[in-house]
Amino acid sequence: MGKRVLLIEDEPNIIEAISFILSRDGWSVATHANGHDAVDKVTAHAPDLLILDVMLPGKSGFEILRELREAEPTRGLPVLMLTARGQTKDREMAERAGVSRFMTKPFSNADVLDAVRELVAV
Amino acid sequence: MAPLNILIAVCLIYVAFLFVVAFAAERAAMRGRGGWLRSPVVYTLSLSIYCTAWTFYGAVGYAARSGLEYLTIYIGPSLVMFGWWWVLRRLVRIGRSQRITSIADMISSRYGKSNMLAVGVTVLAVIGTTPYIALQLQSVTLSFEVFSDVQAAGQTAPDHGATALWVAVGLSFFTILFGTRNLDVNERHHGVVMAIAVEAVVKLFALLAVGVFVVWGVAGGMSETLARIDASEIGTWQMAGGRWAGLIFLSAAAFLCLPRMFQVLVVENDNESHLRTASWAFPAYVMVMSLFVVPIAVMGLEILPEGANPDLFVLTLPLATGQEALAMLSFLGGFSSATSMVIVAAIALSTMVSNHIVMPIWLRATGGGAMVSGDVRHVVILSRRVSIAGVVGLGYLYFRFSGGGTALASIGLIAFAGVSQFLPVLIGGLFWRGATRVGAFCGLSVGFVIWVYALLLPSFGAGVILPADLMAEGPFGLGWLRPEAFFGIAGMDPLIHAILWSISLNTLAFFVGSLVSFPSPLERLQGAQFVNIFEHSSRPQSWAGGKAQAEDLMVMAQRIIGAREAQALFESEARKQGMSGVLPEPNARFLDVLERELAGSVGTATAHAMIGQITGGASVSVEDLMAVANETAQIMEHSSQLEAKSEELARTARQLRQANEKLTQISVQKDAFLSQISHELRTPMTSIRAFSEILREDGLGAGARDKYATIIHDEAIRLTRLLDDLLDLSVLENGQVSLREQSADLGTVLDHAIATALTGVSGPVIRIRRDRAAEAIRLHTDPGRLAQVFINLIGNAQKYCDAEAPVLTIEVRRAGGRVVVDFIDNGKGIATDAQGMVFEKFARVSSAHRAGGAGLGLAICREIMLRLGGSVSYLPGQGGAAFRVELPASGSMAAQ
Amino acid sequence: MTDRPALFLERRSYRRRRLTDMIRALPVVGALLWAVPLLWPLEGEGTVRTSDAIIYIFSVWAGLIVVSALLTRLMPRGEGRTDDGQDGA
Repeated sequence: MGKRVLLIEDEPNIIEAISFILSRDGWSVATHANGHDAVDKVTAHAPDLLILDVMLPGKSGFEILRELREAEPTRGLPVLMLTARGQTKDREMAERAGVSRFMTKPFSNADVLDAVRELVAV
Repeated sequence: MAPLNILIAVCLIYVAFLFVVAFAAERAAMRGRGGWLRSPVVYTLSLSIYCTAWTFYGAVGYAARSGLEYLTIYIGPSLVMFGWWWVLRRLVRIGRSQRITSIADMISSRYGKSNMLAVGVTVLAVIGTTPYIALQLQSVTLSFEVFSDVQAAGQTAPDHGATALWVAVGLSFFTILFGTRNLDVNERHHGVVMAIAVEAVVKLFALLAVGVFVVWGVAGGMSETLARIDASEIGTWQMAGGRWAGLIFLSAAAFLCLPRMFQVLVVENDNESHLRTASWAFPAYVMVMSLFVVPIAVMGLEILPEGANPDLFVLTLPLATGQEALAMLSFLGGFSSATSMVIVAAIALSTMVSNHIVMPIWLRATGGGAMVSGDVRHVVILSRRVSIAGVVGLGYLYFRFSGGGTALASIGLIAFAGVSQFLPVLIGGLFWRGATRVGAFCGLSVGFVIWVYALLLPSFGAGVILPADLMAEGPFGLGWLRPEAFFGIAGMDPLIHAILWSISLNTLAFFVGSLVSFPSPLERLQGAQFVNIFEHSSRPQSWAGGKAQAEDLMVMAQRIIGAREAQALFESEARKQGMSGVLPEPNARFLDVLERELAGSVGTATAHAMIGQITGGASVSVEDLMAVANETAQIMEHSSQLEAKSEELARTARQLRQANEKLTQISVQKDAFLSQISHELRTPMTSIRAFSEILREDGLGAGARDKYATIIHDEAIRLTRLLDDLLDLSVLENGQVSLREQSADLGTVLDHAIATALTGVSGPVIRIRRDRAAEAIRLHTDPGRLAQVFINLIGNAQKYCDAEAPVLTIEVRRAGGRVVVDFIDNGKGIATDAQGMVFEKFARVSSAHRAGGAGLGLAICREIMLRLGGSVSYLPGQGGAAFRVELPASGSMAAQ
Repeated sequence: MTDRPALFLERRSYRRRRLTDMIRALPVVGALLWAVPLLWPLEGEGTVRTSDAIIYIFSVWAGLIVVSALLTRLMPRGEGRTDDGQDGA
């Protein structure tokens, strides 16, 4: 049983791609597609790593991250953030919210895999 | 030849002629060629419904019995007309500025829009008018019988009741046809007014013809006639002073208070200046009407056998001298008098009954008041129609049960006395600001009770309704309360006695009631508006706005005055406020305008109540009212100037604010635009890159390989479409687009658009409702581009309409050189705050639905319509999401 | 509305105001003239013949009609607006 990754993303094709890459590498991947109840989902699922999109229906990735950092059990959870809005100010916002790693889309599969391994090993 | 049959034929032909006149007048008015319909002459002639059959036939009988007393009935109204400057001018101005629909509306409006008061006045008016309608039916019936008597040998006389029934049915039909054809905001009935004007000419001509015949044909000239008058039994002045003065007063009062007179004097008045002509022309009309009455009466008494009914001399005198054609003419005159009275009385009463009794009950019964579903217009029209039939039917029943005869003949003056009870309240309301609703209630109740007790009930005779000993001894032996001798003042004429006490105690109760009560703010405001009608501008009262939801008001207004009218009104008001878009800000001024518009359809009290309901029930704050009602002329003037200035400023500020908001939004959007573009481009790119990397590796099954290739393909198409849209939009925005204009059929374009938009849709397909007949419009446009707009709108409805059974209605109509195509779905619609943004780029209303597309569709639609010389806009207040596409009707494309 | 009622009116509007006074007075005059029959004796020597009564009452009528027609004719169309104030503030 590999380590557990939770992927919060609303584009079905991207979900498919990341799930494929990670599960092939031995990770157990769960997915969730909207922002409303993302925090509850994270708390309930207690993953080893969270991959979070920014533009989500219901609640933005930044907000979700802020809430996770405020709650005790998820304070130290490694979070990899993916965004399609590749502006510097987005990166700054993510860092302020307490992101562990920030990547812009499109990404190379190898980079994602590296980042995930690195973050969970730490 | 049987005169009776001829008579019936003549009647039918005459009625058919009136139909044609009314119909032609309506047509002319509808085509806007009705200027001549509304001349002062027509106005004056329409006032002649004052002269009913009671005066046409009855005046001669009256003169034969009581000499010159009949003149009082005409002198009173003449004095009122000569004094137009005092009262009528005010009434007409108030009637116009407040959109008054009836005398009940007038009184209710003056006393704080109290519907209770309106109901009271309506009931009183119905009680006072019913016997009068019965009287008209009787006169027509009697005149028929005169002809059948002459021919009694060969034929059976027509059944008494049957004639009256046919007349009643015919009149109801005519009135319903022309009185409720449309729900005019001003309650004006061109057809009816024209028909009664024609009838006025007929009856005047008929009476003159009989008069001329009697004076020069029978009596032998003017001086001979005068000599015969002096020699007759009415040869000397025998008028009791009290009756002379009392009846002049009574007829003057009734002239102002009769519901039918109020209808023609105030409601149907088209132009205040018509009063100037009527002020002398109407007295001239009634003077000529009464000119030959005495000669006819005297000659009738002389020639006709003892015991002949003097009420019918106008008919029997020509018949007795063998002038059948003249008799026929005279019959038509009487027929005209009767019919015109019944028609106008029925319209006036039905308006009152419908506005003040039926509509409030209906609105309450259907629950939510103004917000009920369905179109109120047909309810109003239906209730008018039923009321008309009801009013005429009541008159018929009264005629049947009273059995006709003399009891009915004396009812004319009694009815006058009944409606005259409105006078103190009406005049007091015009001239005295201290008059209150409580006072009005007291006065009307007291006057009404005394009228019933001292005049109406005794008129049936001692022992019929009031027991004989009560008449003689008073109730419970209280002698000072004897119906015809209050406070022991016996020996007075019963009519004058009743008028004296009812009017004076009515006035006293009104006065005292007003003094001791305190008026509500709305009453005080309306009081000031009425009394100072010429100083104030015609603004009735102010609403504390802001709370009202413009959209709710729109929904209500559409139901009452019709969708098109309501939209036009809202749009023009929005423009006046300097707003772009369809919905004006619901400020006090706008609510004012709207209320007056609605009042024309449902009456002031109801309109007020409906708006009150939407704006939050508590209607108006005292401060607001008092600010408007401010008394001193200087402050009024000063504030009105300030108001004008501050309004100007407010408008500019509003425009600036709007522009600023827009600019801020746009700059935020410009910023967001780049971010959005980035996001929209990167998302498909992510999938493409990820899967192509996966595909490059080995060890994939054929199924997976296939699947991933398809994803890459789809995402590549998505990218292309996005780029296409972006390019399309930028080309459109820069105006570099070339249009392929050609002639096209709107229906075909829609067919194509629907087919394209709904092809390949997964899940339930929205149902489309169309009206193919309305779509048969030739357009000169770029059909491809137009279809692109339609496809977008239909596709949006398919994607976003959240109803259980989604339906999209496509409505097409022409409006002033433009073709309007509305797309209305039955979903939840778009939230008010998002409506302004839907046409902006990437402005997807809810990101929950990533239903494909990049959010550029509506922005492209807007640009295309701009190029095609039309527009596309969001239409609020339609239930679901509604978009309106407007196109130039013919080849007038916008310049590139 | 004018700014402030002037103390003296120019000649034309003075005339117009007196014309209005005449129109106001007309019904009062009519009522008085038509009240005259109240004074006629009902019995005894001086009773009035009906023909004379007719001529009197109709003469008053005709006179009032002519005067009313003349007065309303003379009054300029816009009247009632300048004198009493009017809608447009």
